[in-house]
Amino acid sequence: MTAIKAEIPSRSFTRKSESTTSDRIVGGLSHTILTIWSIIVVLPLLWTVMSSFKTSKEIFASPFSLPSSWSFVNYVGAWTTAGIGSFLLNTVIVVFGALAVTMLFGAMCAYVLARFQFPGNRAIYYLMLAGLTFPIFLAIVPLFFVLKSIGLLNTLPGLILTYAAFALPFTVFFLFSFFKALPNSIAEAAALDGAGEWRTFFQVMLPMARPGLATVAILNFVGLWNQFLLPVALNTDPKNYVLTQGMASFASQAGYSVDFGQLFAGAVMTIVPVFIVYLIFQRQLQGSVSQGTSK
Amino acid sequence: MTAVVPPTAAPAGRVSAGRRWSRRDLTFDKISFMVVFLVIPVLGYILFVVWPFIQAFYYSLTDWSGFTPGMNFTGLSNYFKLFSDDIFMKAVGNSLLLVIVLPIITVVLSLVLASLVTVGGPSHGPVRGLRNSSIYRVVSFFPYVIPAIVIGIIWGRVYDPSAGLLNGILTGLGFEQFQSFAWLGEQRTAMIATIFVIVWGLVGFYMVLFVAAIKGIPAEIFEAARIDGAGRFRTALTITIPLIRDNIQTAYIYMGILALDAFVYMSALNPGGGPNNSTLVMAQQLFTTAFTKGQFGLACAMGVVLAVITLVFAGIVFIVNRLTGGTNEVAE
Repeated sequence: MTAIKAEIPSRSFTRKSESTTSDRIVGGLSHTILTIWSIIVVLPLLWTVMSSFKTSKEIFASPFSLPSSWSFVNYVGAWTTAGIGSFLLNTVIVVFGALAVTMLFGAMCAYVLARFQFPGNRAIYYLMLAGLTFPIFLAIVPLFFVLKSIGLLNTLPGLILTYAAFALPFTVFFLFSFFKALPNSIAEAAALDGAGEWRTFFQVMLPMARPGLATVAILNFVGLWNQFLLPVALNTDPKNYVLTQGMASFASQAGYSVDFGQLFAGAVMTIVPVFIVYLIFQRQLQGSVSQGTSK
Repeated sequence: MTAVVPPTAAPAGRVSAGRRWSRRDLTFDKISFMVVFLVIPVLGYILFVVWPFIQAFYYSLTDWSGFTPGMNFTGLSNYFKLFSDDIFMKAVGNSLLLVIVLPIITVVLSLVLASLVTVGGPSHGPVRGLRNSSIYRVVSFFPYVIPAIVIGIIWGRVYDPSAGLLNGILTGLGFEQFQSFAWLGEQRTAMIATIFVIVWGLVGFYMVLFVAAIKGIPAEIFEAARIDGAGRFRTALTITIPLIRDNIQTAYIYMGILALDAFVYMSALNPGGGPNNSTLVMAQQLFTTAFTKGQFGLACAMGVVLAVITLVFAGIVFIVNRLTGGTNEVAE
């Protein structure tokens, strides 16, 4: 402890340099611009939270007035009558199911493509690249009938497989560079020590790619949680609705009779899970992104 | 499988190098490994992604309406139909507008914000970023994780003519003409308002991406530039941007692909296509044609047009980057 305390002043002393006027102006200006943008980001969200406690009448009376009472009536209403509760459950099932499938097979596929030479390697790689570039909209109509023909249309397993398949190219791409960058000597050492291909992958290579896996898992989670087109087109049974399409139908149903207080409450409840995940993982996400790029 | 496990179960440190690996075990291990690791994911990928893409090209040449068993091969007639359809051409125009405008605004704004964070620090001593700037990154990035449909719903309320936040603020500031101005209902402003919503949602993500890229540049390069007398803006323009060129290209292509989709934002803000179809995009038109009207052949043709525009866009970005990158190298 004392050693650290003694060190800090000396370091700050040697590092500290006179800041010039222009530095202060640039610094102040930068802070100002960044603050303005942050306010633009935060304000609509805070307003949403505030409005979620108001009745529709209060919402139409004034956009700024505080709610007369801070009760969770709107939240209860949105959870039950609008069905946010069941949408949330469906979303959790679909997203985590798809995430597990795509992470496992994506990591495997990326590993094989990155570290093994075989005929067709490049072809598969470019096939993945094409999947990233082509718009999902091109595939959506035939996909509808593919799912229909194998009996998975309007079912959660069908949605899980589709989500996983469309998240696969991104996962493979991201992890490809990670596996490529791992030193060959480690795989050789594992082989010399008698590990088979399976063991090498699961016990040696996969743990080493952990930063990449974490990043791609978080990005996939966000992407799948927010997926809209696939469920809207392929999952039209209201009892299987996921959160995003549930919110869309809630917002558009019956035009004037929408309870806007409940709508705001539904929006808040949709945001809160991703907000929590974001708060937990944002440092890890940003850390691993910069780690990956600095190498 | 099980035969392979026992020798490998020994702790790694004790095993001497290159012992009893029979060739046959190795081959079996390799084959099962390849089947599970490569064949299963690739087959799934082909069934759910590649095969529908290929089918779409074929369906686009038919008059298929989906639920009837038969379909007739009609050649290019769907395409001729599309190009003489005023509403679809309007949608194409709007999509092209988005793909030109949206990436520029997003990339420039996020580059500016990323530069402020990274080069806003003092000009003496070791090169470092702006103090306490991580809070800006955390805040600006957040909209990226909000489902786009919810972003659209929230902004739909913010833009509400009478009870919305925006007009509330504007009238509060004394701009009485915005008393009940319908941002999404006026042809002049609907598209701009929509573009702003998309930019709002994505700038933070690209800002974080660029900040990470800029931090990946070795500090010595910035120090050398500083010793040579380059100021902040000069450094940003002639050093930072060329060095993170590939990240910018990636961001540009992602944004372009997103702009050509834009389906979520449009369905939330103006599901009907906006005043006089001013925010109607191809994706919306495709969705309605397929799942409301049941004209699947025609919808697939729209998908092909959309895909062609996407590929042309990506190609242009690649070529422009290659060309400008090439000239820079010559100039050095």
